[in-house]
Amino acid sequence: MSMNNVGRPSGPEISVEATSFKTLLGGKGLLQSEKLIFEKDDYSRTGVDFADIEINASDLDGLLRDDLSLPGLTEPEAMRHYVRLSQKNHAIDLALYPLGSCTMKHNPRLNEKMARVAGLGDIHPLQPVSTVQGALALMDTLAYWLKMLTGMPAVAMTPKAGAHGELCGLLAIKAAHEAKGQGHRRTVLVPTSAHGTNPATAAFVGYSVKEVAQTADGRVDVADLASKLGPDVAAIMVTNPNTCGLFERDIIEIARVTHEAGAYFYCDGANFNAIVGRVRPGDLGVDAMHINLHKTFSTPHGGGGPGAGPVVLSEALAAYAPKPWVVSNGSGFDLIEHDEGVSAQNFGRMCAFHGQMGMFIRALTYMLSHGSDGLRQVAEDAVLNANYIKASLQDLMSVPFPEGPCMHEALFDDAWLEGTGVTTLDFAKAMIDEGFHPMTMYFPLVVHGAMLIEPTETESKDELDGFIAVLRALAQAAKAGDVARFKGAPYLAPTKRLDETRAARAPRLAYT
Amino acid sequence: MRYLPLSAGDRAAMLEKIGVDSIDALFVDVPEKACRSGTVDLPAFAGELEVEAQLNAFAARNVSPSKAPFFVGAGAYRHHIPATVDHIIQRSEFLTSYTPYQPEIAQGTLQVLFEFQSQVARLTGMPVANASLYDGSTAAAEGVLMATRVTKRNKAVLSGGLHPHYRETVETLAHAVGIETEACAVAVDNEADVLQHIDANTACVVVQTPNVFGTATDVTEIAKAAQAAGALLIVVVTEVMSLGLLKSPGEMGADVVAVEGQSIGVPLSYGGPYVGLFAAKEKYLRQLPGRLCGETVDADGERGFVLTLSTREQHIRRDKATSNICTNSGLCALAFSIHMSLLGQTGLKRVAKINYAKAHALKDQLGTAGFEIVTPRFFNEFTVKLAKPAIAVVEALAAKNVLGGVPFARLQNESGFENHLIVAVTETVSDADIATLVSTLKEVAQ
Repeated sequence: MSMNNVGRPSGPEISVEATSFKTLLGGKGLLQSEKLIFEKDDYSRTGVDFADIEINASDLDGLLRDDLSLPGLTEPEAMRHYVRLSQKNHAIDLALYPLGSCTMKHNPRLNEKMARVAGLGDIHPLQPVSTVQGALALMDTLAYWLKMLTGMPAVAMTPKAGAHGELCGLLAIKAAHEAKGQGHRRTVLVPTSAHGTNPATAAFVGYSVKEVAQTADGRVDVADLASKLGPDVAAIMVTNPNTCGLFERDIIEIARVTHEAGAYFYCDGANFNAIVGRVRPGDLGVDAMHINLHKTFSTPHGGGGPGAGPVVLSEALAAYAPKPWVVSNGSGFDLIEHDEGVSAQNFGRMCAFHGQMGMFIRALTYMLSHGSDGLRQVAEDAVLNANYIKASLQDLMSVPFPEGPCMHEALFDDAWLEGTGVTTLDFAKAMIDEGFHPMTMYFPLVVHGAMLIEPTETESKDELDGFIAVLRALAQAAKAGDVARFKGAPYLAPTKRLDETRAARAPRLAYT
Repeated sequence: MRYLPLSAGDRAAMLEKIGVDSIDALFVDVPEKACRSGTVDLPAFAGELEVEAQLNAFAARNVSPSKAPFFVGAGAYRHHIPATVDHIIQRSEFLTSYTPYQPEIAQGTLQVLFEFQSQVARLTGMPVANASLYDGSTAAAEGVLMATRVTKRNKAVLSGGLHPHYRETVETLAHAVGIETEACAVAVDNEADVLQHIDANTACVVVQTPNVFGTATDVTEIAKAAQAAGALLIVVVTEVMSLGLLKSPGEMGADVVAVEGQSIGVPLSYGGPYVGLFAAKEKYLRQLPGRLCGETVDADGERGFVLTLSTREQHIRRDKATSNICTNSGLCALAFSIHMSLLGQTGLKRVAKINYAKAHALKDQLGTAGFEIVTPRFFNEFTVKLAKPAIAVVEALAAKNVLGGVPFARLQNESGFENHLIVAVTETVSDADIATLVSTLKEVAQ
C-alpha cells in the first residue's frame, strides 16, 4: 500500500465482500432511499414564484375551499426527489428491454425536440382552423404515410392507445353491420393466443367472445375458425404477426372465409414492426388495424404511456370513422367536427379533441428520418435480431414452435426448466441481477411458462451477444442446480421481490 | 442509417448463425402475393438537418399562442409550466421505460404513481384515485360505465353544461355498451336540471363544474338528491387549476370525479396527449378502471410499490375486465405530479387566485365596454353573448392576430347559442393582452 505525502491511502487496503450491513439512511451508495413527498413536515414550500395576491371572490361565496393539503417542493428539492427516483428504473437507454409484444426500441431524441417546437407543442386544439394549417397538414401527412405503409384507404387518427384503437375498429365494424341491417351479429372470434385487450374490447362493446383454436405450429386453426363463422359473427380479431412471434401463413385464407361469412377482419397491429415496409396489411384482406405509434414508430413508452393508436380502415369501414378528421380543401385543410355532409355516418367521438398530436409529431419525425428504405430495414433487422437470439439459445432453452423462422420475437417455453426447481419467473428475476429487463413472461397464455423475447432492430450485435451469453450462462446455472441464485433474485435491484398479495389484500392506494 | 446499429458484416454473420442465406428466407411465411419486393413509394431516409427543416415548415404555418394575445380554453388551457418539469420527464429512466411490470426495477415510476394518486385524491377530495386515464373525456365515459356496474342500472343523465365533446365521447362509449343516455338542454347555469331526468333506471348523473360556459356550481344538493334516488353523482372538471380555489367535488359529495389534468404540467400540443384523473369513493375501489399502484413491502420488509388489483384488468380477466385499458398516460401523469409538487398547496392557491383575478378583470372591462356576460359565477373562464355569430368574430379576431376564445358553436350546433363566445384567462395573459382583446373585440363585434 502506497501513501501519498499527507498520509492519504492511494489504493485499496482490504478487499471486502459485498457486506450485509445496513446503511444509516437505508440507501445503497448512489441508490439513495427517498421518502414520499407527503412525508415532509412542512407543506408550505413552493417551487414557483407567484405573487400572493388578495382577491375579492364575492361571486364564489360558499364555493371556496379551505381544505387544500398538498406538499410543495422548491426546485432543488424537486430535482433531488425525482432524479433519485429515476435511478430506480430500468430503461431502454440503459440496456436491452426485450419485453415481447411491446417493441421497446430506441426513442430518437430528434422526435422529442420537434414535439416541443413553438407552433407545434404549444398550439390549442380549438384555435381557429386558419391558425393551425400546419398542424392539419402534419396530421394529413402522417395519415398519408400510414395509409401508404399499410395499403389501406383511410385512417382514423383519434384513438389514444392500442386498446382505444381496438375499440375504434370494433365500433366502426358495429356501425357498418347496423347500416346493412346486420346488427344481430353479436359474436367476435378471437384466437386463444390473443392479447388480453382483444377479448376485453370485444366484451366492452357488448359482443360475446368465442375462442378459436390454435394449430400445433402456433397459428390460427383455419378449420376451427371456419366452423365457428356464421350469421352471428360480427368480426374476427387476429394479431399478425401473432403473439407467438409467427406470421399467420394462412392469413389471406382467413380473410377470405371471414368475408365470405359476412364478417369483418380486425387485425391487432401491435406487431407491425416485424413487417413495416415489407408487407402491407391491406394486401392481406384486413378491414381495420390499429397501429401503436409508441411501438412501431418509436414514440416513447414513458413508464406506461401516452401511446397513440390510429386505426387504418378498409373502403367498407371508412365512412364510419369517428370525428373529427382532417380534409384537404384544395388550398388548405379543414377539420370536420360535426355530424354533417361526408361525416353523417360517423359512429361518434373517441375523445375530446383530435388525438395524440404530440405523438403524431414524434412518429412523423421518425418516419421521415427512416424513409421507405429505412422502415423496410427496420422490419428486416428486427426479424434478424429475433431469429439470431432464437438460433443462439435453442440448444439450451426449449422452443414451442421450432419449425421455420420467427418474426420479430423469439418465443420459448419452460419445458427445459422441468425438474430444475426454477420457474420462468425466477429465471426472469435473475436476469435483473445481470442488468437486463426480463422478457414478457407467461404470455401468450397458450404456451406454458412462456418467455417472449423481442429485441427490436435498435440493438447492436455486441449488445445481443452479451445478452445471449448471459442467458446461456443462466440457463446452464439453472440446469446445474444453482437454485438459490434464482429463487431469491433479484439480489442487486433497488428492491427485493415485492409482496403483491399483501398489496391486493389490503389495498393502500394513497398516502394518508 | 443513424438509428440502425447492424452493419452489413453483422447481418451476414447473423444469417450464417441462423443458417439461412438471405433475409428473405426469414419472411418465407408471408404469402407470395403479399410480399413486396421493393420499397413503398415514399421518400427515402433523411438526416436530422433535413427532417428538422420539414417539421419546422409545418410549425411555421401555425400561429403559436406565444405570438398572440391568447384566450382559448374550453377544455384545454395554456398555463406556465416550470422548466424543471420538462427536464425531468426527459430523463431516460422515465421517458424510455414502460409500464412497471417488474416492480424491482421500476420503483421510480411506481413511487411517482403512488404520489400522483395521493395528489389527485387530495385535490379532488376523494379517498382513492387511479394511475391516470387517457384524458378527461374518456375518464368521464369510464365513470359512466363504472356507475352502471355499481348500480346495476342502465341510464346516464348528462347535464346541459357538460362540454359537448365530453357528452359525445360519453354517448359514443355508452351507446356502444348498451347504456342509455339522456342529455339535458344546453344551459349556461342549470346543472341541477339533471335531477328532473332521474328515474328508477338512472345509474348516474354527470355534471360539470366549472361547466363549459365557465359557470361554477355548488353541487352539494344535487349529490344528495341523486344519491337519494339511487344514482351516483359524477363530477367532471375540465380545468383542474380551479381546484386550487373552488370547493372539491369530494367535499360536495361526489361519488366519482373525472378531471382533465392537462393544465398542470402538460403542454397544449393541439389536443393530446393529456392526462385523465379519475377518483372515487373507497367502496368502489374494486370497480375502478385502469392501473392502480399500491403500497407493499419487499422480501426484506422494506416499503415498496406495485401495480395492484390487476384482477380487474384485461391481461388477467380478458373479456370480464372492468375496462380494456392497457397503456394509459404515464409520462403525462409524471409531468402532472412534478408540476403539482413544485406548486404545492401554496403555489396552487396563488396561481389560482391570479387566474381568477385576471379573468374577472377582463369580465369587468368587457362589461364596461357594453358586452353581455352570461356566466354568473366563474373561476378563469366565462361566456360573452355577442351581437353576431361568434365563429365569424373569432376569425375576424384571428385576422388581427388575437386568439380570442372558443365559439360555443364550434363545439355544438345549438340554436340560441350561435353568438356565445367562451373566453379563458390564465396567468399567462398580460394586462396588455386583456386591453388588446377588449379593443379588438369592440372593433370587430360591435
